Amino acid sequence: MIDKYKWWEKVGIYFAVACFLIFVLAPFAEALMVSLRPIEAVFRAPYRFFTPDMTFQAYIDMWTNVPGLPRYIANSFFISCAVTLLALACIIPAAYSVSRFDYMCRDTILMAFLAVNMIGAAVLIVPLYKIMLLLGLLNTYWAMIIPGAAFTVPTGIFLMRSYFLRIPKELEEAAYVDGASRLYTLWRVILPVAAPGIMVVSITVFITAYAQQFLFALTFNSVDAYHPLPMGLYQFFGREQVVYNELMAASLVGILPVLILYVFLQKYIVAGLTAGAVKE
Amino acid sequence: MTRRFDAFPYLLLLPAALLTLTIVAWPLFETFRLSFTNASLRPTEEYVGFANYVEIFEDDFWEVIQRTFVWMSLSVVFKMIMGVIGAVLLNAALPGRTLFRVLIMPPWIVPVAIGVFMWSWMYNGQFGMISGVAQKIGLLSGPFEFLAYKQSAFIATVVTDVWVGTPLVSLYLLAAMQSIPKEQYEAAWVDGASRFYRFRRITLPLLAPAIFTMGLLSAIWTFNSFDIIWILTEGGPRGATTTMIIDTYKTAISRFRFGEGSARAVMILICMTAFAAVNLALMARRGRKTGAGK
Repeated sequence: MIDKYKWWEKVGIYFAVACFLIFVLAPFAEALMVSLRPIEAVFRAPYRFFTPDMTFQAYIDMWTNVPGLPRYIANSFFISCAVTLLALACIIPAAYSVSRFDYMCRDTILMAFLAVNMIGAAVLIVPLYKIMLLLGLLNTYWAMIIPGAAFTVPTGIFLMRSYFLRIPKELEEAAYVDGASRLYTLWRVILPVAAPGIMVVSITVFITAYAQQFLFALTFNSVDAYHPLPMGLYQFFGREQVVYNELMAASLVGILPVLILYVFLQKYIVAGLTAGAVKE
Repeated sequence: MTRRFDAFPYLLLLPAALLTLTIVAWPLFETFRLSFTNASLRPTEEYVGFANYVEIFEDDFWEVIQRTFVWMSLSVVFKMIMGVIGAVLLNAALPGRTLFRVLIMPPWIVPVAIGVFMWSWMYNGQFGMISGVAQKIGLLSGPFEFLAYKQSAFIATVVTDVWVGTPLVSLYLLAAMQSIPKEQYEAAWVDGASRFYRFRRITLPLLAPAIFTMGLLSAIWTFNSFDIIWILTEGGPRGATTTMIIDTYKTAISRFRFGEGSARAVMILICMTAFAAVNLALMARRGRKTGAGK
């Protein structure tokens, strides 16, 4: 009954929702419209949302004009997956360590990871560039994977820790009584129980890595074949005369896989993003 | 009985520690060191004392700092306002809220750069949507190139940044809102409090800590925001959107002045430390309050 709305309240709320969604989705809608126009219609004033000469031509032409497109899409996924694997290999043991053991400096170490979280990659770009140069990693996938992973580890540790803390200690104690080693216990007893948490952490890391590939690619990579999607398209974006309909078509096709993934996995994504809002 | 030293938990920390030490801690130290040198692409570098710092302050650096703080504050305030509105709307018990929740997320899911490509077309003065619609309803009398003028470019970059940040803030505040005990609302409802009254007297006060935490976090991220400005304006027109991050990148990477770039980066780190200190102090205080029984 408390949730009963009067008719004008309903109208007001739906109106506000509509306005909110227009702000959020307008760029996507406009991108779609532009991608469906021939280039002469893209550069035509006055502005019209619908034009009569809509066509899918840009979706056909872009594969010849942006030959690297499939490669960029694949690169984006490959880099994000590699970042996720590398980050998980760091996050899971570290989170287990800080959530299960009591030792000197533990809280200081946790605080240090938290502080890392506040430093953006762009601030450290000079030494990072020098390190990549020194290690000979410039213009390789590694130059985008390693820093990508490093900057997601701190958040990941905190997120993973909150899942480990929920697992009762008795589970490990039972395993120890049976003579299992600690590493075996972590691997065979704890990890399966923590699987939903690992899922949330992986997806959160993946989405973060996927959304933020631009800076590292822009700075550390100049090999076209290694570019992730944002950087691959940025090259076309920087040209004198941007072929907007094809650029938008390529953008939409490029983000389609992750959008589909999102629809199926949104429960986990939301869980990962909002952890911390609710007190543990 | 004294406890024996146990290496196991430290060993578990090793991979994470190694990665963060090489990619974050060492570069952090290097940034400070390089800021006192004239490092560039040349193989040798010399220590030059505070010369880099003197030089940047002879530049218009105060202006850059000021601009960064204005940019960040505007963006964070609007993200919080949009976030509260979004959370309230998402919290309304009406049909369609699941769909609304799905539709609100794309700006956060897609690569930031791709979203910015789309916005850059939106801002196009001749053919873009914003200028076009504004002309149609009479807000503008002719084409207006949003990214070509100092003030409008500044606002445009803020709007895009708010767009990227709004979904996350909304969902975060929604989660916080849903953890407010229902009984409070029911008690107020029984007493005949209107919906708006309940929002003002229950929701907002109880949400305030979450808004504050998110605001602080958001401020840190916004301070570090690079992609949006770089793609939309590269810091232009005539420096109007050059924030400290953009300024650092231009000096260090575009012009290969590693030493001077590092000095500029150090100035960012000093600002960040202030935020971080506030944030950590707040977390420590909350930890004492709620973690007593842990």
